[in-house]
Amino acid sequence: MQQSTDSGDELADELVDEYVSDYEVGQDNVQPFGLDFHNPVFAISAVSVIVFVAFTLSFPELAKHWFGDLRPWLTTRFDWFFMATGNFFVLFCIALIVLPVGKVRIGGPDAEPMYSYVSWVSMLFAAGIGIGIMFYAVLEPMNHVLTPPLGLEGLTGDAQRELAMAATVFHWAIHPWAIYGIVGLALAFFAFNKGLPLIVRSAMYPLFGERVWGWPGHVIDVLAVFATLFGLATSLGYGAEQSAGGLAYLFGISEGHMVKLTIIVVITIMALVSVLRGLDGGIKVLSESNMAMAAVLGLFVLLAGPTLDTLGAIVDNTLAYFRYMPALSNWVGREDMYYMHDWTTFYWSWWIAFSPFVGMFIARISSGRTVREFLLVSILAPSFIFIVWMTVFGNAAMDQYFLQGYEGVVDTVRNFQPELSLFLFLAEYPLATLTSGIGILLVLIFFVTSMDSGALVVDTMTAGGKIDAPIAQRVFWCVFLGLIGIALMEGGGLSSLQALALATGFPFGIVILLMSVSLYKGLAAEVKLLEAQAEAEAEAEAGTEQAEGEKV
Amino acid sequence: MTIHKLYRHIGVPVDLAHREKLGKALATATDLAKCYGARVTLVAVTGPLPGEAAHSPKEFSAKLEAFAAELAEESGVEVDAQTEVIGDPVADLDKALDSQFHELGVDLVVMASHVPGFREYIFHSNAGFLASHTDLSVFVVRG
Repeated sequence: MQQSTDSGDELADELVDEYVSDYEVGQDNVQPFGLDFHNPVFAISAVSVIVFVAFTLSFPELAKHWFGDLRPWLTTRFDWFFMATGNFFVLFCIALIVLPVGKVRIGGPDAEPMYSYVSWVSMLFAAGIGIGIMFYAVLEPMNHVLTPPLGLEGLTGDAQRELAMAATVFHWAIHPWAIYGIVGLALAFFAFNKGLPLIVRSAMYPLFGERVWGWPGHVIDVLAVFATLFGLATSLGYGAEQSAGGLAYLFGISEGHMVKLTIIVVITIMALVSVLRGLDGGIKVLSESNMAMAAVLGLFVLLAGPTLDTLGAIVDNTLAYFRYMPALSNWVGREDMYYMHDWTTFYWSWWIAFSPFVGMFIARISSGRTVREFLLVSILAPSFIFIVWMTVFGNAAMDQYFLQGYEGVVDTVRNFQPELSLFLFLAEYPLATLTSGIGILLVLIFFVTSMDSGALVVDTMTAGGKIDAPIAQRVFWCVFLGLIGIALMEGGGLSSLQALALATGFPFGIVILLMSVSLYKGLAAEVKLLEAQAEAEAEAEAGTEQAEGEKV
Repeated sequence: MTIHKLYRHIGVPVDLAHREKLGKALATATDLAKCYGARVTLVAVTGPLPGEAAHSPKEFSAKLEAFAAELAEESGVEVDAQTEVIGDPVADLDKALDSQFHELGVDLVVMASHVPGFREYIFHSNAGFLASHTDLSVFVVRG
């Protein structure tokens, strides 16, 4: 009897020990002026960002030459890598959902979710990706219908439209969310269940052991900060240029420097207010209101456009998406290089480069869900929303072109002006000024939540995983982001640094592959641990019952 | 006699990661508790993630309980512990503390604070915020 109790306990202890690090959150931090930074991640990140920005501003041609070619080189030469890893991440997520590890609960067996499903799903869009649906929902389907992928130029009618929608949805539905799901899950699991700090390197603990707290970990975290800051700052710069284009079209305001500058300043100030209001009072409230506002806009387009056709098309497009998925995700023997390199591998490197940012943010709001729930909801809910949204806007835009002969949107595709696609599309419906105004507001607020969540995440990354570092640090990163955006927009160099951010997609692709192995190891050990603990408990109970029986 | 009924329940906000800075405030709270025959509750706010003070909210709560028991032993006053877990413990600290104190029915808050400096003009100190926004009596102890 004594023997068997020991074995259950011992196994449990052994499994606990394997994932217990002596590392204390914040042990490598320094506290200058009452602030709280990780040494050396904060200093290296801040200094290297300033150096790169200064270099790009001082030698724009050289920067363009060096960094500009980097991205197409990676997405063309390593197309197989991005395509293969993208597919692997989807299959791996399915495996985690199906296998017994799916029942592990983030935060331990008794943890309760901190946010309702509605708030949680709304916040999934807060970190970066929300802006994309505003710019690409109209442009991308139109592009693919004009230049069909897979060498299927001969298709006409519904078949041609379904292919265009499938080719669009392919980039926005399951694949990106599988990537974010793995990174988010790995970070959440090692932080909430294993007590490691919420930083990217913690997810590598089972592979690297205590070495993750040294240089291998510093490199990973600095790279994560780098990708997040440059990705966000360049998006902000482009976003301001594009919004200025939209405002110029709508209200005839000149597209001058002052307008763009004002846009960045206004977004930064709104983001600062959101930062000071905190996660629940800022990002959560803004995300929920943006979801509601987007739903109103979507409903308007659905009703103003070909309502019944669109509803039918949601089903058809979903089926087409799954039908074309094997062909679109295969990289061998493809001849549609424009679609595969300029769109698919470009998106894949972008999603991967943004994954530390989005993953960290998702991890932070996800305790209390099981692995299965986490993956199913964080992949299927946004995928479904994207299919509906893209169908509502894309099919209506294709209707305008094919049935009504409206060339407005098509011209923006030919000239690649994604910011105008939406407005020219809305111009064909009643109340165009109002709906375009809502569109602009949606873009602005998506930028605000991206900046706020970006500041939150970068602060955590550079504070060694501390989520209670002084709020002044989030303010610093938020202002820093705005300043980089302004400097690059004024001095030129947005494209160079965006290319550099995208290029981090390659090393991060490898990091996420390793993270998948690490995550599986951790989850499998957790399942064993829970079983051993349950066994030990059952034995202990049986022991007491027996003892009581003997007493009687 | 009436003076003995002046305060019944004293609340003390606790930053578990910086326990060493709390000595004076805790001594003040327990002395006042003895004087008025009141009890003391230590209130701490934490996030759901591992932090400096503990690896999980569960461990955090256990540490706070132990700290309260230690204080009760030393001072001979009844000391309880209350842990509040919120999503963003930096931004919402003051609000969480205020609502906890009301929920507990605390009638006096004794809290430690550093001497205000330049930073407090932009980012308020917690004690400053609580003292000016709560309807409870607040005793700010400068370290």
